[in-house]
Formats: sequence, structure tokens, C-alpha cells
Amino acid sequence: MSSKRQGYGGVVVAAPVTVPYQRFSKETAHWWIARALRKLTRSAGIKPADLDGFSVSSFTLFPDTAVGLTQHLGLTPRWLDHIPFGGASGVAALRRAARAVQAGDANLVACVSGDTNHVDSFRRMLSSFSRFAQDASYPYGSGGPNACFALLTDYYMRHFGAKREDFGAICVSQRENALRNPHAIMKKPLSLQQYMDARAISDPIALFDCVMPVAGAEAFLVMREEDARAANLPYAQIRSTIERHNAFAEDPIQMRGGWEMDIDELYGMAGMTTDQIDVVETYDDYPVIVMMQLEDLGFCAKGEAPEFVRSHDLTIDGDFPHNTSGGQLSAGQAGAAGGFIGMVEAIRQVTGSAGPTQVKDAQTALVSGFGMINFDRGVCSGAAIISGSEAS
Amino acid sequence: MTNPLVPPPKKNPQKRSRVPTRPSHMRSRAALGLAAAAAEGRFMLQVCDECKTVQYPPRDACRSCLSVELVWKDVSPKGRLIADTTVRTSTNVYFRERTPWRVGTVQLDIGPSVICHVHGDAAVDDQVRLIIRLDKSGQGVLFALPDKATPNMEDDPHMREMTCDPKFRRVLITDARNENAPALAKSFADAEASIIFIGESESWRPYPHREALRKIPKVEILPLDVTDTGSVLELAGEIGGKTDILVNNARFVRPGGIIDRTDVNFSRDEMDVNFFGMMRLAQAFGPAMRGRGADGQNSAAAWVNILSVYAWSNMPEYGAFSASNAAALSLSQCLRAELWQGGVRVMNVFTGPTEDEWHQPLPPPKVQPAALAKSVIGGLKDGLEDVFVGDVAKDLIDRWRAGPKILEREMIESGGQ
Amino acid sequence: MSKTAPNPADLLTGLAQSLASGAIRTIDLTHTLDPDFPVIILPPEFGQCARFRMEEICAYDHRGPGWKWNNFTCGEHTGTHFDAPMHWVSGRDLPNNSVDTIPVDKFVGPVCVIDCSDGAAKDEDFELTPEIIIAWEKEHGRIPEDSWVLMRTDWSKRRGEAYLNMREDGPHSPGPTPDAMRLLVEERGIRGFGTETVGTDAGQGVHYTPPYPAHYILHGAGRYGLQCLNNLDQLPPTGAMLVSAPLKIKQGTGSPLRVMALVANGGASS
Repeated sequence: MSSKRQGYGGVVVAAPVTVPYQRFSKETAHWWIARALRKLTRSAGIKPADLDGFSVSSFTLFPDTAVGLTQHLGLTPRWLDHIPFGGASGVAALRRAARAVQAGDANLVACVSGDTNHVDSFRRMLSSFSRFAQDASYPYGSGGPNACFALLTDYYMRHFGAKREDFGAICVSQRENALRNPHAIMKKPLSLQQYMDARAISDPIALFDCVMPVAGAEAFLVMREEDARAANLPYAQIRSTIERHNAFAEDPIQMRGGWEMDIDELYGMAGMTTDQIDVVETYDDYPVIVMMQLEDLGFCAKGEAPEFVRSHDLTIDGDFPHNTSGGQLSAGQAGAAGGFIGMVEAIRQVTGSAGPTQVKDAQTALVSGFGMINFDRGVCSGAAIISGSEAS
Repeated sequence: MTNPLVPPPKKNPQKRSRVPTRPSHMRSRAALGLAAAAAEGRFMLQVCDECKTVQYPPRDACRSCLSVELVWKDVSPKGRLIADTTVRTSTNVYFRERTPWRVGTVQLDIGPSVICHVHGDAAVDDQVRLIIRLDKSGQGVLFALPDKATPNMEDDPHMREMTCDPKFRRVLITDARNENAPALAKSFADAEASIIFIGESESWRPYPHREALRKIPKVEILPLDVTDTGSVLELAGEIGGKTDILVNNARFVRPGGIIDRTDVNFSRDEMDVNFFGMMRLAQAFGPAMRGRGADGQNSAAAWVNILSVYAWSNMPEYGAFSASNAAALSLSQCLRAELWQGGVRVMNVFTGPTEDEWHQPLPPPKVQPAALAKSVIGGLKDGLEDVFVGDVAKDLIDRWRAGPKILEREMIESGGQ
Repeated sequence: MSKTAPNPADLLTGLAQSLASGAIRTIDLTHTLDPDFPVIILPPEFGQCARFRMEEICAYDHRGPGWKWNNFTCGEHTGTHFDAPMHWVSGRDLPNNSVDTIPVDKFVGPVCVIDCSDGAAKDEDFELTPEIIIAWEKEHGRIPEDSWVLMRTDWSKRRGEAYLNMREDGPHSPGPTPDAMRLLVEERGIRGFGTETVGTDAGQGVHYTPPYPAHYILHGAGRYGLQCLNNLDQLPPTGAMLVSAPLKIKQGTGSPLRVMALVANGGASS
């Protein structure tokens, strides 16, 4: 089936904002989302009432949804979305909002994600994360995503000969990136030796393979290009996006994600190849899934990611700049905002506003999302390619 | 191979007994089918009635054809362990207290992959055999065993958490006078129970097998009459804190139904022993057992009721006795709900007519004491909740499941034979 | 002895003074109602005598903060108990044959104690025969009409299995022969007969003609039984006063009761 999808011409993404993360917060998701929204409107020079589209991603809003937030925050949008895709929510929010703007259903969409992190909220979220998780994975040691990704990592290592050092290379380079990001939770350098020596969490996963759950929020605006230009906002073009759920359900264990099904369309729609990508922001709750994305997004063949990371420099100044803000592994995982961190960083990169983490001459970025360990594997995958306004 | 269990040292009296904690018990309604399978030691998964696709995790509609006709069926438990991990940090207190805890992914020969507990002797890439066991929260969980038995495999610490193996546990069997008492005691001795207390009522009244009981190793005969609240409380005061497995073996049975019995005296005795006996025992022994559900290797583990299968459907020839057992069955469900908090299992062993004086005129097959004892031990080792002993009991429960009303008619016509 | 009948009121005053001074002692002939006290055992297809059982209603706790009380259950023939004539088929049609209709003056009266303890120690099937009764009378005088006769065997000192003394062929314990009962009931006109064993009859009493002669003959003649008595070794052969009032149970065939004897200090009178 050949693609008949329309491009996103005329629709842009702008105003990347981050509410600096905190390890724990006594505040609520509402509070964090409000702060992101306020920062977003201020940085774009607009009033909240100017927003006629609102997209929310959050795990800790219960019992509210985006609906409750409209009243809580005093918004009157004509287009409202709530995206429960976890790590895939950033890409999904972008592509949905872009279509709404493109169709004229909304002019100005705020895409916001944010979560709080109470001392016990991680445990509470895990025990009732999904029905299948509640029934079929949480009762088995209650290791949460650590244990699920440990199984995937174990399988990946056995089949493709990946070594812990290879995963370590990803973590160490991201830490190096994070040291240039003033908002990153992790502020100390990490050596490969420290990575190797870290406390075991769920074999073969050790401490530095795991993200730190934090409170925080991320946001961006989706709008018409002419409006962005009129407002004098730096913006990025949306070159292509993909999204897929529950791909390869027959695989006995996850060794690839839905990207593999849609990769040709991703690059085809953008009219690009992998070597035209300047910055890659993958979803990185565990390094094994980074390896799968490198493969499934076409940077190397299946099983060759270990060799790829051995032969590339993944830091900001390296030959393959990757997760330039430090990613979730070093900046922290703020719940659903973990699905936005790469998108927001990519917008900064291609609009030249990344400051200390800026990759030199970055024009085009690939952002990948992955979310929801519903049972034994991540169900949602998505990716987007965006470019700075000078590109193409 | 698994390290063999060693008898635990005597408990340090200054050490606080660990408060029982439990794995998560939250389940969807569909997933409760695992508990139902585990209760009887069966390996069952949902199978689509239309396209025959095997489903996992349990769900409400077929992942292949969207039919909602999903039926729990016995399926092949064979598979291959394709990945494993050892959980060292857990958000759940129960597991946190027991880490490292091994779990794995098994690809079943019949299709789905599952996440499961993994026996220490099963290696990745090995063929494994899955079983469903009840965990300490009373929910059914999958457990991967090595395909072939390994030495001491039942002593695997994770496995022991999910079974009630009598090995090195202290047992109380009520009613020494019951004709099955010697067979039960002997089976517990053979299963390496560390002490076998046997409750004896009315020591002023002799019974034939007393000497035989006394000669069984580890047996200690103590006074206990389940119809006497004071006696039950007194024994609980003495050994309640070290009763790991309680076998409620007292039964009062007389033939007869309602009209020809003329009076309620035997029925009252039947209720007093079969129903109130359980209640008195539970009120006296239950609190300590519930509190000791996590008391180390020898924690309180199980409560066993020996019940008549006619608890499910009345056998008019033993009509009042059947009714008392129906009451006891119902009460056992309440007890299960109450002992759940301590992770103590309630196992009901349902038997058809037993080989004893009260069933003497009934034709065979009848359940021999040794067969009953074997089922009790087997059920404990497998951590079951419902055990049906003998052909009559198995046949009856099959019929009951097929249609209780039809069975009621059959019981009238055939007298349960 | 006395020339003129004493004033009854003076008699009671004198009794009260004697009780207070200890000149007359009260002996408890009762076993404690204990759940584990043996009761008579019939073949199991027959209904059985209920054991004594007690359930606490409350004990100064959440079930009743300021008090304690119990419910108890038992049979009419549990523990130390009284048999009324209607207990036996031979007494079924007699007037006043239930515990509630027996005249209350029958509950206080003189008592003779025939000591068979030596014989019972040697022979657990020891029989009380007319010869033994005659010999006893030679020593202690003729058994007065309307008095209680108790057969002392020291059986009450037995514990556990030794009390019922059950064997394959049934219980073995001492008791009266039919002739002994006829002598006591028909010729001496006794009010009742009591034993320390679980029944008024011998353990093997079923094998006499009639079976269970004590029950059959006593109750057939409207007389009473007492069993599971205690402390008979503290009674004199004659001269004591027995107090044995059963509960007033409507149409009751018997009742557990407190049995006491008033005994003059210094032993028997005659």
C-alpha cells in the first residue's frame, strides 16, 4: 500500500519549553502542567486565551484528564486531546496537533506533558499501570519496567552479542551531554568503570541503565508557519512522522519496535536518508531500546547496534550526536514528559536555540518515541523528522 | 540442583516475627482464571472457542478473531525459557524482603510468551514445564520448572513460597479417633514433617488404633475436642504458635436424612463437629497462624479441611451430614478470605464415601485412608486449594460443574452411586 | 431415744447451730461438671448423652464490658446425676415419674452406705448381692424404709479410661445383681439407689435378667437413681442425710445436680 499521506506543509512547531525537573515534588501534575503552559505562553508572547488547541500527556492527573484541566486552568479550546502514550506521546502530540492546525480545526495548539513525582507515586503507578501489567507482569517480582527491560536486554545480549560495555557507551556519552544541560538531574560525570561497577538492579540491568523518576514538564506550540513568522518565533518544519502500536505481536519477545514497519515512509515522506540527519533524539528509558531504535530507524542493521555504538561518538560534538540534553538517562524521566524531552530538545537543536547543548550546524533532527510497557514489551512507537526553517 | 532444605534452627525468642506481606493481588476478572486453575493444580489458559488461538495474558476477546468466547482449557505447559532476570530491587515489600527473585520469559509451544517465576534449576534456552501456583496473595501465577525433575527441586525457596510442603513443618491433625488418623500421621511423617501433633478427644474412651498412632515417629498425642471450646483454646494456647499446618480432620457422620431421623440430635452433632468444630479451631488457631504466615522458612502455611464431596450436592442417604459439610464448605471460603491476609492457604480435600464403619453398607469404590492421606500431602506439596479424592468425588464435581440441577436429580435417583 | 417429739423449729435451729459449729459437716458427693468427664457410652448408632459444654457469652470485654457469663449444654444424664422413674421403660406409666413432679420431700432423706470397695478393688465386675446386704444389715441394722442406699466402690477415684473401663465386650464396673435390687426395692422399700460408677447398673449389667436390673427394678417401682457420685468414702454406713434435688425440668427423666450429705461429726449413729 503506497502512502497517500499529505505532508505537513505550512504547519510548524515552535516555543520549546522545559520546566526544570525535581527529584521529588509535593505538587501535582496540574501544577507542573500549569507552569509549563505559563512558560510556553510567555516565551511565545501570547495569552492563554489565544490557545484554541490543547493537548495533554500525563500519568498523574488522576482523576482528571485534559477535560478537567481546561476548567482548572481556565482554557477554552476548540480542539482538545489527551494522549496516554507515555514515551510516544511527544511524536503523537505533534502529528495530531499538526493535522488539526493544517485542517483549520485549531490555530494554536499547546502540546504539554508533565507529571509530578511523589515519594510513593512510582510504586503506585507500577502496580496499576495497565491491566496486563497488573495481571501478568507486576505479580512477578514487581520489578516494574526494570525487570521487563532486563528480560529484553538479556535476550538482546544473548542474540546479538551485545556487551554491558556497549550499553555503557550510550549511558556514558549521554551523561557527558547532560553535564552541559543546566537542568539535568544528573550533574556528576559517569565513567564506563562506574557504569560497570554499579549496583545490580535486575540482571543484567544495573543502576545506570535506569532512568531516575522525577517531576517536571515539557511543552511546545504547533501553529501555522505564517503565524510563527508573524510572531517572530523561531520554528521547525515537520518533515514526516510515523506512529505504530502493537507491532510484531508474534515476536516471542521484543527485539524490534514498530518503527521497522514504517521506516520507509518516515524517510520517504521527508525525502531524506539517514545520513542527512544531524541530531538523533531516541527514547532512552533503557539503553537496549536505544539500540533497537538505531537499528529499526535504519542507522544500522538489526543486531549491529552494539558495533554502531562502539564505532561512533554519541556526544554533542561527536560524529553521531544523540540525546543531546542527556536524555532521560541523565536528565531524568518526568513521567509522560519523558515522551516530550527528545522532541523539545530537537526543536531547540534545529532552531539553533539549544544553548550549551547545541550541535553545530544542526539542521535536521530525528525524534523517536516509544511507550507503554503494557505487559512484556513497549506497545507504542513513533518518530518524526523536523528541520530548521532554513533547511530544504 | 537445589540446595536441600535444612531443618531451621530454633526460633530466637527475642526476634520479632516478620509481619506477613503479600505480592500484589490485584487482578482483572479474566485473570482470576489462573487462580481457579492453580486451586486444582491444573495448567489452563484461555483458548478461543472459535479459532482455537491460545491467549495470554488473560483477556476478554480473542487476539486473533475478536471472538469473546474464550474458554479456560487444559493446555500443554511446555515451552522454552528465552530470557531471564534476577530482580534485586522491587517496589513491592513482599518481593523486596525476598530478593534476589528470578523471573523469566517463556515462549510456550502453544504460542504465547509469558513472564513467569523461574525455578533455580531452569536455565535460559532450556525446555521448561510451566505450572500455575497460588502465590502468597492467593492469586494464580506461572512458574517455570526444569523439564526433568532435579534433586531437591521442591526445596527451591521461591517454590516453597508457593507451596505448603510439610517438610520440616509442624502439623496438627485433629481427631485421633478418626479411622484415617494413622494413615494421615504416617504420610506426614514420611513427608518429613518435624512434629505431628494429634488431637485426641475423650481420652477416657479407648479406640482401636491408638497404639498404632503412638508408634508413628514424631507423633505427639494431645487432648483436643473440637466440640469443646475450652479444650480448643487450651491446646491453641499450648501449640498455636507453632502450628504450621492444621489438618481439620474431625468429622461426625451418621447415615440419614430428615424425616426418618425423627430428631435433630445427630444433626446437631454433625454441625457441632463439622461446622462449629472448624469455627472453634479457626477462632483459636487462626490468629496465630495468620500472624505467622511469613515467619521464616517454617511459617504457618496451610489449613486443611477434610470435607465430604456431598458438600456440593446433597446425598439424601447422608442428607444431614451432607448439609453440615455444605455449611463447612461455605465457612471454609470465609476462612480462606480471613487467612488470606497472612498468606496462609486453605485447602479443602473433598472425599467420596470413605472406607469406614459409617459407609460400610455402601458399594465400592470407597476412599481408603492411605489414598486420602496421599492426596492431602500431594495437595500441600502442590499448594492446592481444592482436592478431589477418589473416583466418586471426581465424578461428582464433574457432574456438578456440568449442571448442579441435573446432578440434584441424579442424587435422588441413584443415591449418589 | 427421746421421750417427747422435739419442737420442729428447735430442730432446725439445732441443725443450724450444728452446721455452724462443725458438729454436722456437709460433704459434697458431686463431680465437677467438666467437658471431659466420662458419660455413658451406647453403641454409636444410638443417640448419645450430650457431654457438658460451655460457651462464654462475654467476659468483661467487647461482648459485655462489665460482666461475665456462659451458656452451657449437657444431657439430663451428664456428670453426677439423678434418674427419675420415667428414665426407664418399666417406669414410664407411673405417676410423678419425672423430675418436675417428684414430691420435693424425696430430695432430702436418710442414707445407708454399703462399702464394697475391697471387693471392687479385686474384681472390676464385683456384684452387690443379697448376701452382702444381709451381712451389712447384721452389722449396721436393717435398712430403713424410704432411705437411700449407696454402693461404695471407690470407683470415683478412677481416672481416664479406667473409669468406664471399656473393653471389646463393653464396660466393666461393679453393680448390683437383680436379686439384690429386688431385696432393696421390694423387701426394704428403699427410696433410691446410688453408685460411684457411670450408671446404677454394673458395666456388664445388660447380661442379667432383666437387663440393667437396677434401672429396671428401681424405676419400675417408682424409685430413684443417683450415679457418678463422689466422696462416698467420707460417709458413715448409716446416719447421714442426703440432699439431692434435681433441676425442675418439665417431663425431665433426670438431671445433673449437686448431691450433698449431712454427716454428724464423730461418725455413724445408729
